[in-house]
Amino acid sequence: MNWIAFKMLTGNRGKYLGIILGIAFATLLIAQQASIFCGLMLQTSGQIRDIQGAGIWVMDPNVQFSDDIKPLSDSDLYRVRGVPGVSWAVRLYKGLTRSRLEDGNFQQTILLGLDDATLVGAPPNMILGNLFDLRKPDAVIMDLEGYQLLWPGEEPRIGKRFEMNDHEAEIVGICKASRTFQTFPVVYTRYSQALEFVPPERKVLSFVLADAEKGADVNEVCRRIQEQTGLRAVTGEQFEWITIWYFWRNTGIPFNFGITVALGFVVGTAIAAQTFYLFTIENIKQYGALKAMGAGNWSLMAMILLQAMLVSVTGFGLGIGAATWFGTIANAPGSRLAFYMPLEVFVATGLAVIAIGMLSSLLSMQRVMVVEPAVVFQG
Amino acid sequence: MNGNNATPLVTCRDVVKTYGSGNAEVHALRGVDLDVYPGELTMLVGPSGCGKTTLLSVVAGILRPTAGSVSVLRTDLTHLSSWRRTAFRRDHVGFVFQQFNLLPALTAAENAAVPLVIQGRSRRTALARSKELLDQMGMADRVSSLPGKLSGGQQQRVAIARALIHHPHLLVCDEPTSALDAKTGHTILELLRSIAVEGDRAVMIVTHDSRIFEFADTLARMDDGHIVSVERKNGRDKHEIDNQAIAS
Repeated sequence: MNWIAFKMLTGNRGKYLGIILGIAFATLLIAQQASIFCGLMLQTSGQIRDIQGAGIWVMDPNVQFSDDIKPLSDSDLYRVRGVPGVSWAVRLYKGLTRSRLEDGNFQQTILLGLDDATLVGAPPNMILGNLFDLRKPDAVIMDLEGYQLLWPGEEPRIGKRFEMNDHEAEIVGICKASRTFQTFPVVYTRYSQALEFVPPERKVLSFVLADAEKGADVNEVCRRIQEQTGLRAVTGEQFEWITIWYFWRNTGIPFNFGITVALGFVVGTAIAAQTFYLFTIENIKQYGALKAMGAGNWSLMAMILLQAMLVSVTGFGLGIGAATWFGTIANAPGSRLAFYMPLEVFVATGLAVIAIGMLSSLLSMQRVMVVEPAVVFQG
Repeated sequence: MNGNNATPLVTCRDVVKTYGSGNAEVHALRGVDLDVYPGELTMLVGPSGCGKTTLLSVVAGILRPTAGSVSVLRTDLTHLSSWRRTAFRRDHVGFVFQQFNLLPALTAAENAAVPLVIQGRSRRTALARSKELLDQMGMADRVSSLPGKLSGGQQQRVAIARALIHHPHLLVCDEPTSALDAKTGHTILELLRSIAVEGDRAVMIVTHDSRIFEFADTLARMDDGHIVSVERKNGRDKHEIDNQAIAS
């Protein structure tokens, strides 16, 4: 009976395409909005991921997310170094400063000050220049997207100059960095240099980056740091989730995107269910004829389910393809759109589409179940 | 009753069928007795609303009678569960409908193959058999055509092939010529007589079309839910059926 179901479905091209487009639209809406949401959430913690080489982040116990800086005292660095199991610990400055360009314009900039000796936390992907040129006076490395934001249309080049806190900075390298939630340029420099680019403060140490000794349990080392210093110590991954959950709890982003995803589900279900139901109603006499000829309710239900699954899979393929295409555009260089489609979004969208297919077919099944085969004798 | 003294294939005794209840109650059949014999073509005739199609539906196992008994192939359909009646129709009954009811997305061969597919045969086996049957019916060159590309007569041939492909013992036809012109209707009836009416198969036709009464072996006239008369021919050449009387 499967091939009969298939031919019945594809025989009516208009309806067939209508159902598929309904499901594809729902898929696109659900997958795209969920992926934009994931992309935005990922952006909130992008800078934590970009700081590589350090397994442990140490911070003030009241820090709620990566941009919530509550400076530590310099002595905290030595206290962390003294905790058993800590292999090494270095300073990290993180803060916002204003960049002044040649034309007099100002732009907020994220400034990262790396440990002078080790440069732990340096950008992993250099596009132009050499990381070790950071050791030169006034040297900074800027992310490509930040550069394009400050000097739109200009070919990235090293040697470009601008001011921070009335102090001249020279770009010695262009790097690739994760997009930030605030979309500000990211500037890397040495810790000591960073202190010259910001107004003087009593305490300036934002984070202590550390790592556990080889073979030591990182979580156990974090626990020891907390116990002995009273500071908060978490792994990089834990800090990412702390940041993501902060935005989840304290912004309307999840709720707004959740509404759109739910609307996608409802609209998709409505379109697909209505079209599929109309398709079944149009064919009700054919189903009646099949019943009269001895096809049982289970066979007819299997036919409808197969049709629903077929349009669901096809619609899902088209919709997820369109969402991926959108993602490719969103992630193209120069684009400021956020898009990240993890496997979870793919699977969840697939399950939602299966649910749409099932809901759509339920109405039709109910109609076919109750149709009397005697309908075929009504002229 | 039957000229050949054969056992009836279909036996209806005091069959009552009522639709609705209370003030909306409609008595479609009011105690019908009828025997249908194998190897014969039985026509149910009468005015619109007299219960012909209801009787056909009851005999075919589509509708369950409100009272009385219906036995087909010595199986009492009255007490069969819905599932068993479905299985009975699948194995023993062939249908020809007034509006053909071919699946528009399926080719002629695929349409004719449907009952075998319902029985669980493979698509290939079913299609081979349906092409063979359509060939016998002069439709060899149209096996790949969709119903929309076929004339009414051709569609009805496909419907007849579909009704016969699984060798049913009972073939029920609802107004098989009403959607056809006189000549095509005549041809279809000739086809039904030559292919469908066999020794172990009974053919029941509901019709208004007096032009085809001549093909009947038995003519059962109905009125207001009753069979008012049954005329049998003892050999088609010996007994003429009064078409005019029945048509009036």
